[in-house]
Amino acid sequence: MYLGVDIGSSSSKAVILNQDAKKIGEAILNIGTGSNGPQEVIGQALFQAGLQREAIRRTVVTGYGRMTFTSADRQITEISCHAKGVHFVMPNARTVIDIGGQDAKVICLDQSGNVGNFIMNEKCAAGTGRFLEVMARVLNCKLEDLSGLADRGDNGVTISSTCTVFAESEVISQLSMGQRIEDVALGAHCSIAQRIVGLCNRVNIVPEVVITGGVALNRNAVHCISEELKLPISRPDDPQGMGALGAALYALEFDKER
Amino acid sequence: MEEVKTSKQMLGELLDKHYSDALEAKKNGQLVAWATSISPQELLTTMGIHTVYPENHAAAIGARKCAPEFISHSKGNGYSVDICSYARVNLAYMELLHSEAGDIPKPDLIFCCNNICNTVIKWYENIAKELNIPMIVFDLPFNHEYEVSKQDVRYIKGQFLEAIQKLEEITGRKFDYDKFGEVMKISSETSVWWKKAAMKAMTKPSPLNGFDLFNYMATIVCMRGTTEGMDLFKLWYEQLCEKEAKGLGPWKPGEEEKYRVMWDGIACWPYLGPTYKTLRKYGINMVTSTYPDSWYIVYEQNDLDGMARAYSSNYVNRNLDFGVDNITKLVKDYQLDGIVYHSNRSCKLMDFRQFEVQRRVEANTGVPSVIFDGDQTDPSAFSLAQFETRIQALVEMMEKRKQMAGEK
Ligand code: SF4
Repeated sequence: MYLGVDIGSSSSKAVILNQDAKKIGEAILNIGTGSNGPQEVIGQALFQAGLQREAIRRTVVTGYGRMTFTSADRQITEISCHAKGVHFVMPNARTVIDIGGQDAKVICLDQSGNVGNFIMNEKCAAGTGRFLEVMARVLNCKLEDLSGLADRGDNGVTISSTCTVFAESEVISQLSMGQRIEDVALGAHCSIAQRIVGLCNRVNIVPEVVITGGVALNRNAVHCISEELKLPISRPDDPQGMGALGAALYALEFDKER
Repeated sequence: MEEVKTSKQMLGELLDKHYSDALEAKKNGQLVAWATSISPQELLTTMGIHTVYPENHAAAIGARKCAPEFISHSKGNGYSVDICSYARVNLAYMELLHSEAGDIPKPDLIFCCNNICNTVIKWYENIAKELNIPMIVFDLPFNHEYEVSKQDVRYIKGQFLEAIQKLEEITGRKFDYDKFGEVMKISSETSVWWKKAAMKAMTKPSPLNGFDLFNYMATIVCMRGTTEGMDLFKLWYEQLCEKEAKGLGPWKPGEEEKYRVMWDGIACWPYLGPTYKTLRKYGINMVTSTYPDSWYIVYEQNDLDGMARAYSSNYVNRNLDFGVDNITKLVKDYQLDGIVYHSNRSCKLMDFRQFEVQRRVEANTGVPSVIFDGDQTDPSAFSLAQFETRIQALVEMMEKRKQMAGEK
């Protein structure tokens, strides 16, 4: 059996595949690198698959915390792993927009799923999941409710600061000026969409465009990005698990190579 | 037995001497100039004016991890974080006048050439104003057309002649044109040896570890007009030839040069070691950059037109088409597998066209590349983990291309 682990900045994911690349176990936990998240998430995936650790023939780790996870056979970047995972479930994908907790990237794939090119956000948290987390906190709502809140907005309030910290104070002042919380929430989604599309514009966007990562769960954000990009965006059933899936697929491939 | 010096030892000694000579000269009441890195030092060298280079000094401060103290001092003086960090370090040094990384004497004269950027104009102007010292400016217009135009050559040459006059006034001495010819000759020759050494990296595997370019750069900036500088590059060249003849690569015997990349932009001085080690860990040798050409300032002896053209032909002063052609050629000449672009928070001019250069070079060559964020001296604008992710992703792309090429 083949294990793929994706250790992000704010969540950990694990996928287990059998010889036929069929998913037999999967888990996700909202704690990332520097915690016991990785071990726990592997335990859960094993439990689901009804396996013991010894049953795993190969492990590949990816994600921000990949360097500190020493019990894998190999570590591969999240860029290659996301590409692999997405190509496996959506072979027509040519562009992957992945928005995680602390970075955002756009990956261009060729027909065989190879990475042709990729770009990542700058060092700061603008245009990443962290931005939405901060917005949810200021708007005093749960992260998972932010999308619904924005759905009820009519006119997105413009948030001009790209810096997450400044955007936070900008939002506070908008609220104190009497803006509706729903419109501010919508504005926050538009703002992240603009940042992401700015990133997309640096490469040649070829459909089909697929979105992955934690932010893909936020329907309003996906909608805003699609509007801004003027292209439909598809989403795999399990947008957060693509990195771990790709890692597991690599684990399977390496075993065959040997 | 006579000890044979390695070029590295000589490099260290020459740099030490360069700085101590300047300090000594100042003590003895001789004139000291502060000059930009690609300025017509020939004029100062001819006049016997000791010259130090604030950009180099700031880089040294950065490499010794001493920059934060200076950066925060400048911040206190009101200089924005958006200004080039070399400028912020140097403007603070002008007041603090001491760093563990080594000292340079206070200037009596400012020598500023804007063929590298326009930030230097305001930066050096501030120094001249604050210290109330003369400033000689060379305005080398950006080349919007592919080649340096005739009228620009005339304009620049006129400025050289005017600068000579000003130097005569400042020193009260006559300009020695015979010596000038000599210095021109040495400067061009030194440039030639610098480039010849750097070009040794075209061999596969490269006998040159490309990060050495960052080290030797200090001397091509500071000592281009001196015979010592020329001897250093000759020696470096010879030693590289020896390595090449033995088929040796850039690192320890047996350590394979798996990938050859170009580095675009300035080094991240505060992280020179970590960035180097990260690349080496993956078997990546940085075989070239735009540096070898930046100090390839070559012209015929006594040819002021040629000298004007050479100074204006610096890579960053040439247009986008030239930039793209230049890198496209490097990809072929050095048999590159990839390109690493440093998106340097300090250097707006270099970053400005980077995305477009990257896009076009990729279209021309098909070679994969990555951009990472950083800064030449400000340590806060760089993250090693993010750097490594990008480098590793580049490796994965380069590996895949090699595989695919092998399958064909
Ligand atoms: S680093 Fe860039 S901005 Fe700073 S002095 Fe050099 S060329 Fe100018």
